[in-house]
This record gives sequence, C-alpha cells and structure tokens, in this order.
Amino acid sequence: MRFLPKSDAERRRMLEALGLESLEQLFAQIPPELRLEEPLPLGPGLSEFEVLEFLQACGRRNVVGRPCFLGAGAYFHYRPAVIEALASRGEFLTAYTPYQAEISQGLLTAIFEFQTLICQLTGMDVANASMYDGSTAMAEAAFMARRITGREHVVVAASVHPEYREVLRTYARNQAIRIREAPYDPETGRVDTGRLAALLDADTAALVVQSPNFFGVIEPLPLAAEAAHSAGALLIHVFTEAVALALLKPCEQADIVAGELQSFALPPSYGGPYAGVIATRERFVRQLPGRLVGQTTDTRGQRAFCLTLATREQHIRREKATSNICTNQALVALMATIFMALYGKQGLRELAEQNLAKAHYVAGRLERRFSGPFFNEFVARCGGRPPEQINRDLAARGIIGGLPLGRFYPELADAMLLCATETSRREDMDRLIEVFGAGEQP
Amino acid sequence: MYPAEFKYTREHEWVKVEGDVGVIGITFHAQRALGDIVFVELPKLGTQAVQGKTIGTVESVKAVSDIYSPVSGEVIEINEALNEAPELLNRDPHGAAWLAKIRLSAPEELEKLLDAEQYQALVAEES
Amino acid sequence: MTRKIRSHIVQEEPLLFELSSPGKRGCQLPALDVAAVDPREALGEDNVRVEIEGFPELSEVEVVRHFTRLSTWNYAIDLGMYPLGSCTMKYNPRANEAAARIEGLAWAHPYQPEDQVQGCLEIMARLEQALAEITGMDAVSLQPAAGAHGELTGILLIRALLASRGNPRRKILIPDSAHGTNPATAAIAGYEVENIRSNDRGMIDLEAFPSLVTEDVAALMITNPNTLGVFEVNIARIAEILHSKGALLYMDGANMNALAGVTRPGDAGVDVLHLNLHKTFSTPHGGGGPGSGPVAVKKELEPFLPVPRLKPVDGQWRWDYDRPQSIGRVRAFYGNFGVLVRALAYIMACGAEGLRAATVDAVLNANYVRKALEPYYDLPHKEPSMHECVFSDRRQARHGVRTMDIAKRLIDYGFHPYTVAFPLIVPGAMMIEPTESESLRELDLFIEAMIAIAREAEENPELVRTAPHSTRTSRVDEVTAARKPVLRWRPEG
Repeated sequence: MRFLPKSDAERRRMLEALGLESLEQLFAQIPPELRLEEPLPLGPGLSEFEVLEFLQACGRRNVVGRPCFLGAGAYFHYRPAVIEALASRGEFLTAYTPYQAEISQGLLTAIFEFQTLICQLTGMDVANASMYDGSTAMAEAAFMARRITGREHVVVAASVHPEYREVLRTYARNQAIRIREAPYDPETGRVDTGRLAALLDADTAALVVQSPNFFGVIEPLPLAAEAAHSAGALLIHVFTEAVALALLKPCEQADIVAGELQSFALPPSYGGPYAGVIATRERFVRQLPGRLVGQTTDTRGQRAFCLTLATREQHIRREKATSNICTNQALVALMATIFMALYGKQGLRELAEQNLAKAHYVAGRLERRFSGPFFNEFVARCGGRPPEQINRDLAARGIIGGLPLGRFYPELADAMLLCATETSRREDMDRLIEVFGAGEQP
Repeated sequence: MYPAEFKYTREHEWVKVEGDVGVIGITFHAQRALGDIVFVELPKLGTQAVQGKTIGTVESVKAVSDIYSPVSGEVIEINEALNEAPELLNRDPHGAAWLAKIRLSAPEELEKLLDAEQYQALVAEES
Repeated sequence: MTRKIRSHIVQEEPLLFELSSPGKRGCQLPALDVAAVDPREALGEDNVRVEIEGFPELSEVEVVRHFTRLSTWNYAIDLGMYPLGSCTMKYNPRANEAAARIEGLAWAHPYQPEDQVQGCLEIMARLEQALAEITGMDAVSLQPAAGAHGELTGILLIRALLASRGNPRRKILIPDSAHGTNPATAAIAGYEVENIRSNDRGMIDLEAFPSLVTEDVAALMITNPNTLGVFEVNIARIAEILHSKGALLYMDGANMNALAGVTRPGDAGVDVLHLNLHKTFSTPHGGGGPGSGPVAVKKELEPFLPVPRLKPVDGQWRWDYDRPQSIGRVRAFYGNFGVLVRALAYIMACGAEGLRAATVDAVLNANYVRKALEPYYDLPHKEPSMHECVFSDRRQARHGVRTMDIAKRLIDYGFHPYTVAFPLIVPGAMMIEPTESESLRELDLFIEAMIAIAREAEENPELVRTAPHSTRTSRVDEVTAARKPVLRWRPEG
C-alpha cells in the first residue's frame, strides 16, 4: 500500500517492542463475533493510473465544457490560475483548524483578511466563513435571529432559492419555528412588500429576503428592512451570487447577511463543496455561529491572530452552543480571499459590470417574465414551448440551457431561469437567442 | 478573604444585604477557578431572579460558567462597568465587580445560604 | 536539540490592505463583446454602490508572494506528524486532488439534466455502495456537508422514525466522553441531552445502563472507539438493550479509521452512523473545511433519508424526489461532490486490503507510541488502545507544567501538538493519534521529543511553560483577543 510508510520488517520491530506476535493481536479487545472474517467486497487496491483513468472516464460521461446558461445558486466564473496554485500548497491544504496559533499564522492571517473583505463588501461589522454553504448559512442566520429577538417565527420571501427554503424547513421542523412565505409580485418578480406587514407580527424573529433573488431580480431591501423593523423583527439579506455584491449598494438596514461564496472561488463541482458566509453587526457577534479570528499580540508584542470568542461554540458550550457547527470552510475562504485580492477594487467592479452587460444582452433579445431590475440572471418566457424542449434543442446545438422553473414554481412552468456571466461569449448567446426564437416561426 | 457580612452559595456566588436589596456577585474562588474573565452576561433590568436559577454567565477564554442567583426578586440595577471591563471580576470580585442589585422578594431565603465560615470550609474542601 | 528542525529565514508580510496601492489589479478580463450597460440605468441609482471602500488593489505577483509567504507560517501534514487526537490527520494523497479537478467533474452544474451528468451520479452511487459495505449498513446519504451535519441528519432520521411509530420521545443519552458536537446536535434536533458517566474503564457501565433507557429515550449517541481510544466491547449488548426499549443506537463514526476493514458497526447493531470523509477517507482538512459527513442507516430508516435519492431507471441514474417520508433537504444540491470524488479515489486506491492495512498501521502506531511514553507520562486508563491513546499531565503538573505547555513545547521540536485537554473526563488530557501515515523514523522522533520534554518539565519547567521559543510568533494573548475583539482590519487613524 503506497500510502503506508512502513516495511514489514519495521512492523515486526514495532510488534516486538509491544511484546506481540501478530498484528491481529492488536484487535484482541474486539469480540471475535464482531471481527470481519472475509475481506470487504471492495476489490483489490488500484494504481494511481487506474483510479484516475476510471474517474476521467466518468468525467467524459458528463456533458461539460460547453456554453452553459445555468445559474440558480451555482455560477460559471473564470478562476484565475493563481487560486489553484496557492490553495494547493500543502501548508494550507493539509493543515487542521488553526487551534495552535503559533504555527497557524498563515491561515489565521488569511481568514482575518477574509473577514475584513466580506465586511467591506456587505457593509457589516463582522463576518465568518464557517457555514457549509449558502443554504445552511441562511438556516443558521434564522436561528441566530431567533436567539437575538427571543421570538420564534420566520417570514421568508417566496423569491428565495427554493432549496434554501427547503433546508430552512428541515432545520426548523423540530424547533417549533413557524415559517411563513411572503409571496412575490407576479409582475416584477420582487417580494410583494405590500403584503409584508400582514405577515410580520410580534412573534416574528426575522424576515428573510434574497437579493438578487432566485429570479435574478434585485429586491427592495430598504423597504423590506423597514417592514421587518417596524414589527421588531430583523432583516436577513441572503445572496447566492457574490459577484453582485461588487455592484449593489449594501443594505445599511440589514441585520444579518448570509450567502454563498461559490462564485468567488470554486467551480460548480456538481453542487459542492461551496462555502456559506454570515456577516452581521458588532452587537450580535456573540450570537454568530462558527469560528472567528481576532487580532491580538504575542508575548513579544508582535501582531498576531488567533481563534477567538470560542465560548459560543459546541466544543465548550456543548448543548447550549450557538450551533453544532465544527467546520470552518477555511480552504474555500482562502480561495475567495485570493480571488478578491486578485480582482481587487476595480477588477471586481468590472467583473460585475461584464456580468450585467452579458445578461442584459440576452434578456434584451428574449421575452422576460418579470419586470424588476436584474443582475446576471433573469426568467425568460418560453413562448408556449415546454422549457425542457428548448433545452433539448439547445443541447442538440451543443449548448446547456437554463433551469425550467415548473419544478419549483408550478405557475412558472412556461419559463426558465437563464444566467450569463463574463464567460458567456456573444456567439453562444446569439445561438441561444436563435433557438428561443426558432419556436416562434411557423 | 471572605467578608463575614456576605452570604454565599455552594455555586460560588455571594450576596450582601442592604435594607431590602441584595447586592450579588461571584466569589474570589470562582474567579480564580475560571482564570482571566473575558465576558460577563448580566441579567436584564426588571428580570425576576429566582434563588438557585441562572441569571447570567461569566466566560473565560475557554470556559463558560452559569451565575446562579443567591436570592429571589427583581433586578433593579446592574453593574454596567463589567461590560467594558470584565477584568474587574478578577481584580475585585467582592467589591467593584458586583454583578447586580436585586430587590428581595423572599428575605427568608437568606437562611438557606452559607455564612463566611461555612463557605471557607467548602472552598478548602474543593481545592 | 533534535534531528527534526533547524531554523531558517521567515519572510515578513503585511496584510493585503497595507500592501494595496490605487490603480493596481491582478486579473484581466476579456474584452467585453456586447454593449456595456450603465449599472445605474439598469439597476436604479439607489441600488448601485460607488465603490467597495477599502478593498485592496494589488498586482498578480504581489498576491502570489503574499499567500506564499503566509503559507510558510503554517504547520501541515505535508511537513510532518500531526498527532491531533480525534482529528485523524492522515496523509492526503495528491491523486485525490487531481481527481477532484478533472474538468468533466469539476465543471458539472448541479442543475444539468441527469442524462448529462451520469458520470457524477455513477461516482456517487459507487461511493454510497462502498461506504455501506465498509460500515455494514443498508443505505447511505452523501448529502451532509460535514461530521456535525451528518450527526444532525442522523438524529433527525431517528426522530422521524420514532415519530412515525407514534412518539419521537424526548431525550438523547450521551456519554461524558463525547465530542461537543453530539450534545449540540441533539439540542438542535429538539432533544434534551442526558449525560451519562463512563465507568472507571472509560466505557459505558453495563450495570447502570438498562435503567437509564426509559420510555423517554430516543437514542444513545456513542463514539466507538470512544474518545479515549477504547473499543466499547459491549456495543452489541448496548444495542440490544436500546432496541428492547424501542430506542436506537447512533454511532459517531469520527473514529471509523480504527475499524475500517476489521469490524463493521452495522454488525454490532448500530442503527445510524455518520462518517467523516476528511478523517477516515483521507480528504484534506484544508484548515477546517470543506469536509463531508455521509450518513449510513439500517433499512428501516431508509425511507426518511434526505431528498433526493439516487435511483436506477432504465440503466441510468436518476434523482428521486418522490420521498414522502423524507426529513427533507439538509443542504442545497446533493453533497460536497468534490470531496466525494476524493474519497472514492482513496477507497479505490486502497481496495479492501489497503483499507484494512491502514487501520492496522494506525492501531500499531498508537500502541507503539503509548508503550514508549508510558514510563514518562501518566496513563489514566489502561484499557487496550485502538487508534489513539490519552495520557494526562498529572506527573508534569507537579512541576507546574500543564498539558498546554507540553503541547506548545512540542512545536519547538518540529511537531504539531496533540489534542489538548480533551476528552473532558481526563483532567489535563494529552490525546495522541499518530494515524497510519507516520514512518517509524517520524514516530521515534516524536517519542524522543516527548521524552525530552518530560525531562525538561522536571529540570527546567520554565522553559516548557514559556514555549514555543523557536516560532515566528510566540504565545499569543488570547485574553485580550476575547475581551476587546478586533475582528477586521481598519485603516489607522
């Protein structure tokens, strides 16, 4: 076994030191009837060549590498080569959670930078990247609002990613949290702010609104905040497309921002791993779940960083912890930090503007379902053809289409969600538009 | 070490009675066991404290400890200075670092508490 | 003082924000091939920000140097032994990294129609099957994103099954030796936690146990081997007792690396367990994540698994969403696919024999270290060790040297510390898990270092108490960090 750095002679020497005769004796404490007698039916160990050959063949069975207009919580952005080169360094890749500050300053420094960058993007005071993904970050943010307000219930906009809402329901089910959905305006695709007041009451801990929302539409966050706050609830701003933050004004009235960082660091990777982020106001920091890095000094008076405010966490507070989370999505946070550092202030803005321009190019040539302002995604009407049929027509032309919405919103069965990013080329967008238009010909 | 005019709990809180008000805090022994205190969660004004029930927490870097109220009654004052300077609890636990003032609703409960001598004995036993 | 380390130059490096100067960038976009759109027109004046205040501006080479310099301030498995008990810091094969980066896998979108992603689904199906075989369970969900997430999923499954039988019950029993995630998870799943005491052998007390399993108890959460590194020899009996009272046995599979290929939890009566692919199955920890925490269950719990489930239809894999009894989703999409690819690559590379050989070496290493250090450190529990051993600082404490001090001194000898002060049932715990990835030479160097520190604790305790002495950063002031939290950079002034 190539991963095991011992010769049989060395093993014998070690057994001798232990006064044992065979390796089997190491397991003498396991009751014999529980010990496996046959090898597991997993086959023989394979060479690296064979393993990679098999997995590459799996990769070839997938349809990947063509123009793709899917978004909906997982986005195609270019990943500068620097990210992979740096994040693959063993010093980052093969380290543990940085409990031992003296020999973890590299990661601790990067996470401190990450926390700062996210604060700058979101307009919040504190941030971390301890959540598994955007959906679990949103659920944790809702729990956080419940602890802060002492209230039990949550109102979530129907324009929030449907799978995020499903996760919230799973998390809430055994917590006596009632979840009510705020409908979207069928005209604009925004949360119907006129109906919020009736849904928010003295038991509401938070109003959860995603912007840009699942339909790609920019939500009126200040109005949502006003509605939430006038009922004494918090506003949780959720995002799935981090690139939009570079262009959109942070909502000053939001209390918690929870979102997904995949856009900043990772390929879509069939849905994971990604990283969830939560940012909030300083006064709520003790209710924030997950790891936090703080600045301090060492005994020589030099600047140093360490994990801090750990008393919120499960390993100390056990059943009274803010969350059971143990993860710190550090490697993804590192990648996101490198991404943000590379693009920088001007580059990130330009990236966002290119996304905006590409999506508006496509949208301007198709029929939009909603009128609200949008960033790099929008809902297109399919002109009476089933969206699945359009996708098949696109596939025949070597294009991966959009997401048919009927599965999540039966009333939108004739529509699909399309996304264009800086990676979408004009000629491919033109082919997409042509296929959409083809259905209208007699 | 442990003022004779205080009463003590087995969980290492103290109370000093001033008229119908009890001033409460944690003992020298409690703060020493915790080490450097970094945060205190005080009860909210108006809270109805119940003897033996949690009214707050004190935290060191790697531990959290509940504060159990030595007496019952309404919290009428809290020591805001601890929010800014939790280290006061390490420096002067029996004085400047009092936690809260509670208007006693059941003064007879005081009899259930330990006096200084009994408490001293408890500490000796525990250490 | 040791054959393992020698000092060399370390580069200093400011923060990104301190390096920044206006007008620089490290990334060029392709020329825009469509008409530019004015954000204020498209999105409305009020919705558009002027700039990202404070955001850094750097060139590519500065970014590369910045993070390369930072990386040199870190310890890592690639540098040497990382004996963090409970964390299983084993070697992360680089082929697994290459596997996860295969373009056809990494760039598959989660909403592509199933017929376009059969390769991804095949990988997931194979991994589900392999994990079921390794654990002796009937069905596996790959959706949970990490160990604690797997725990939550597992406890929600138990709740759903018991609720379907009429009563979800109120309590979860958790031994005092458990990981902190266990009680935190039970609380989130809406259960009360009842802590149960280990006996003097560090195991569940079989005498007292039956009376603890009342009609209120939904499940016992057990870690096996437990956090003392001891195999719960009565696990099958414990399962029987629980089952006879209508309760279930949940196993925290964090220590599955001590069992793989040797014994199967499913055969001992475990009903639900989670696995940490970033422990037993060698996917990198990455400084804390991403991990993956699949859940394996017995047949009766299968209907409740998170939606969607893989299902074969006409020779193809499909996602089945029609699962009326499911607990629902625990995250968006299907799981940490990139981590799953790495784990399958590892299992394929090991095969049945390799997995067992890794387990054997992990247990051999732990026992070798234990035997060599027993004359120098107090070993409070004498039961046979599996993959890790737990000493206490009792002897060194007499000289004022505590477990944290010894841990910090290990850094000077070129090692990452062991796990400090856990499990809680051992005062001054020193929890050592070498894993199978250490050569005899590295183990001997570690043992040498530990023995040297034991001597220093007697002869020069101050040297140990103020360690580490050779690092770029000395001991940090965690108290000030917690009293006056500074959680982001701000410009001076």
